[in-house]
Amino acid sequence: MKGISKHEILIKPGGGFEQYWKDLWNYRELFYFLAWRDILVRYKQTAIGIAWSVVRPLLTMIVFTIVFGKLAKLPSGGAPYPILVYAAMLPWQFFANSLTESSNSLISNAGMLSKIYFPRLIVPTSTVIVSLVDFIISFCILVLLMIWYKFVPDWRMVTLPLFLMLALFAALGFGLWLSALNVKYRDFRYIVPFIVQFGLYISPVGFSSDVVPEKWRLLYSLNPMVGVIDGFRWAILGGETSIYWPGFMISISLTLLIFIFGLRYFRKTERSFADII
Amino acid sequence: MTTAIIVENLGKKYILSHQKRERYTALRDVMAESVKKLGKRIIHPFSGGGLQAHQEEFWALKGVSFDVKQGDRVGIIGRNGAGKSTLLKVLSRITEPTEGSARIKGRVSSLLEVGTGFHPELTGRENIFLNGAILGMSKAEIKKKFDEIVEFAEVEKFLDTPVKRYSSGMYVRLAFAVAAHLEPEILIVDEVLAVGDAQFQKKCLGKMQDVGKEGRTVLFVSHNMAAIEQLCSYAICINSGKVISNGKASDVIVQYLSHNNSGETDLKNRKDRIGNGQIKTTKVLLRNSVGDKTDSIKMGEPFSVEVCYEGSLNNAVVGVIVSNGWIEQLIRAYSYESYPEIINLNLSKFTCHFSNNCLNSGEYSLSIWLGQIGECMDYITDCKKFYIESTDVYGTGKEPSPKGGVVFTEHNWDFGGG
Repeated sequence: MKGISKHEILIKPGGGFEQYWKDLWNYRELFYFLAWRDILVRYKQTAIGIAWSVVRPLLTMIVFTIVFGKLAKLPSGGAPYPILVYAAMLPWQFFANSLTESSNSLISNAGMLSKIYFPRLIVPTSTVIVSLVDFIISFCILVLLMIWYKFVPDWRMVTLPLFLMLALFAALGFGLWLSALNVKYRDFRYIVPFIVQFGLYISPVGFSSDVVPEKWRLLYSLNPMVGVIDGFRWAILGGETSIYWPGFMISISLTLLIFIFGLRYFRKTERSFADII
Repeated sequence: MTTAIIVENLGKKYILSHQKRERYTALRDVMAESVKKLGKRIIHPFSGGGLQAHQEEFWALKGVSFDVKQGDRVGIIGRNGAGKSTLLKVLSRITEPTEGSARIKGRVSSLLEVGTGFHPELTGRENIFLNGAILGMSKAEIKKKFDEIVEFAEVEKFLDTPVKRYSSGMYVRLAFAVAAHLEPEILIVDEVLAVGDAQFQKKCLGKMQDVGKEGRTVLFVSHNMAAIEQLCSYAICINSGKVISNGKASDVIVQYLSHNNSGETDLKNRKDRIGNGQIKTTKVLLRNSVGDKTDSIKMGEPFSVEVCYEGSLNNAVVGVIVSNGWIEQLIRAYSYESYPEIINLNLSKFTCHFSNNCLNSGEYSLSIWLGQIGECMDYITDCKKFYIESTDVYGTGKEPSPKGGVVFTEHNWDFGGG
C-alpha cells in the first residue's frame, strides 16, 4: 500500500470547496471519457451514422441559398451565396448543438449526479467537444465548397480559431446557465429548442448583416452570435467583407459577461444539484 | 494509528413539500407561488417568512459525530430511512451537509450504486473504461487492471457486445467487477452486495475482505448482518438520523437486533407466498432457552420456532427451514421425516424445538412450509431473520470467529498423550 497521501478534504456547509479547481484538473480524464462516450453513442444504430453531421448543415445551406439568395435576391458582397451561408452555418450549427446538448446534459446524467462526486462543470463542458467534432466534419464540406466555386481565402482564414473560441464561450455561457436552470425548472427543456429555432432567423445566417439598416446595427449586435458570424464571414470570405467594429465589441463583451455570470450561477447552484434533480 | 475520518455534529436537512407531486418544480408553480406570497405580504405585512404551509423540515441526519481510524472497516447499520445513505452521500461529497463538518484524510472512492454511468449502447469493453473513469480511476490504472476485471466479471465472450444485450446478471457482474478493482485509501460502499446470484455474492464478499486486508479504510452500509460481521471490525448504528450505538461490530449488531424487534414477525400481509392458501402462516416467533421472545440466540443455546396459522388441515406436513444470508438451506426440519404420527392442524399454532443448536454466529433466516405430501399450501421464504451471537461455547475463554464455518460441533482433541 502506498503511503498515506496528504490529500485531505473538509466537508462543511456552504464551503470547503477551495480545491474545486484542483479537482477539476484531477478529473480531466473523466472529461475526456464523457466526451468520448457522447461521440461513440451519438450515431449508434443509425444507418448513415456520422454523415448526419454533414447532411443537416448542407440541406439548411441549400434552402437558405434558394430562399435568401435566389428568391429574395439579397446581396452577398461578392462571395458566392452558398459559401456566404455556409460560413455562417458553421458557427451557428456549432452554437446551436452545444447549447442544446449542454443544457440537457445535467438531466441526462442525473443518475451520475446523484451517485458520484465530481466537479459538475465537467458534464456541460464535455458535451461541447461533441459539437466540436461535428464542426470539424462540416468544415471539410466548406473546403469542398470552396474548391467547387474556386474560391481562394486569404490570410484572415488563420484567425478563424479565435472566432470559434468566441462561439464556444457564447455557447458555454448560455449552456451553463440553462443546464443549471434546467435542473430546477424543467421548463427550459422546452425553451431551449425554441431559442435555437428563433435564433436561426434573428442571427445573420441566411443573409449578410450588411442588409440590416445602419441605425439598427448596434442594437442588432446585442445578439452575441452576430459578432461570431460576422467574424466567421470576415475570416472565411476575405476580400471586401468588413466587420462592424462597435457592434463586434458589444458582442464580445456581452459574450464574456454571459460566460462569467453563467459560470458563477452554475457554481452557486451546483452544490444542491444532487438534492433537487 | 491516524484517524481517517472525523465527523463532527453533522446534520442534513431537507424541506419536504406535501402538496406537490412533481419531483422538480416548474416555473409556473414558482410564479403562482410568488404571486400568492406577495398577496399574503400585502394582507399580513408583518408575519415574516418561514416555511410555507405545505412544507416541512426533515432532518435526515442530526448531530452525527464519530471517528474512523485509518485501516478500520466500519459497518453502518440501521433500518430503512434511518439516514445511512444520506450519511454516505454527505461523506462522498455528493450532497452538502446543512451543519457540522467532516474531515477526510486520503483519496475517497464511493460506490453507492453498481454500474453508475454505464451506457447501454456501449460495449462491455467501453463501459469498463467509462465506468472506471467515473469512479475515479485513471486510464493507465484501468488498462493495467483490465484483464483482472474481465476475469472477475466472467464476461470474456461478450466484451464487444453492447451491454444493453447483456443479461441482468452479466451486467451487474461487470459493474461490480469494475468497482471492486478500485484502489482508494478510503472506500465508501452502500448496499451493493445484494446483487447477483449466491455464488457471485460470495465472490464479492471475498473481494471486499481482500480490500479490507490491504489496510484500506472501508465504510460499508448493509442490511445483511452476516456480511457486516464478516467484513467489519466496528459498526455504527443509526436511527432517525442519529447515532445510537457505536463500537465492536458484534455488540452493535446484537443491540440493533434486540432493539428493533420484539422477536415476532407478523406475516398476515406478506404477499410473496407460494401455495394454494388453504392454510396460512400468520406469525412466526423465536424463543430462547428460557422461553423469552427474541431475535438473538447464543451459540449452542436451544431455541424454538413458534408458528401461528389460520385455517385448519388434516393429515398435514409442516416444515421449518433455516438458511443463511447466502441462500443456502442449512436445516430442513420437515414433520413427515421427523414426526411419525399424523398431524391435524387446528390449534392455530405449533412449535418446533431445536435443542441441539449447532449454528455458528451470524445472521440466519427462517422459511415456513405448510401443506400435505405432494401439495404446497403456504410457503414463505425468508419470513424471519434471526441472529446467533458468538459466545465461549468451548469453555476456553475464546469466542469462535464468525468466519470459522457455518456450523460448529463439540469436538475433542487427541495428541497421543494417552
